[in-house]
Amino acid sequence: MVPLSWFILLGVVLFVIGAAGVLLRRNILVVLMSLELLLNSVNINFIAFGRYYADFRGQIFAIFVIAITAAEVAVALGILVALVRNKSTLKVDDVTMMKG
Amino acid sequence: MDQGFFLLFATVSVITALTVVLARNPVHSALALMACFLQISAIFVLLEAPLLAVIQIFVYVGAIMVLFLFVIMMIDMREAVLQRFLPGGNLPALALLALLGVEMLVLVLGSDRFSVAEPVAMRGGDDVRQLSTTLFADYLLPFEVASVILLAALVGAIVLARKEWE
Repeated sequence: MVPLSWFILLGVVLFVIGAAGVLLRRNILVVLMSLELLLNSVNINFIAFGRYYADFRGQIFAIFVIAITAAEVAVALGILVALVRNKSTLKVDDVTMMKG
Repeated sequence: MDQGFFLLFATVSVITALTVVLARNPVHSALALMACFLQISAIFVLLEAPLLAVIQIFVYVGAIMVLFLFVIMMIDMREAVLQRFLPGGNLPALALLALLGVEMLVLVLGSDRFSVAEPVAMRGGDDVRQLSTTLFADYLLPFEVASVILLAALVGAIVLARKEWE
């Protein structure tokens, strides 16, 4: 059987990669995809802990995370389409309209 | 046996995750992310959560990534494709990432709480039935709230992406 720490380490590695995508990439689409990666690494943690401590709540929280992620992606891509229609840019640095 | 499969899936998922971040073309990123989600759902199967694995494939690979690909198709990508990934471009962010990674690694490897080798024996019987009983009995209110959030997101996405009426 696989030890629990392996799953946690996989979650850590995927989380760091996703955070690197969010912080270092300037393309909004890739930033959103990296955000998905972050949420997925957290899901791995939830389910691994739920499995190893025989608790269903890990899986239930993972289901909620997936549902909220779906909502977030729908709204984010709607905003993205509206943004491209108005400003025709995909760079994070160009979207500073709220900066004042 | 299990460990070999875990190592295989973990390696492929890490490689595809790196491809997501490093690829210059967002279409390549999206396809790599799809492969990564498939590997993660295989890891869910290893964790004996088949329901979550199927939900992962349906929702992430089937819905979210298709949404991403549709948006990529709608948007003119030629300008975005030219942008390069500059690893040394943002030193504070890199330092923050290294700090975060080292901190999490030290915590995971240093604590004996994570060194559980054998899972607690699952209660016998129908896992999916017990899961859904818990979900619809104890977590009914969060479930309903999640459905309302999904409805709000649906309406919001339609309103945001709609063309303005002249």
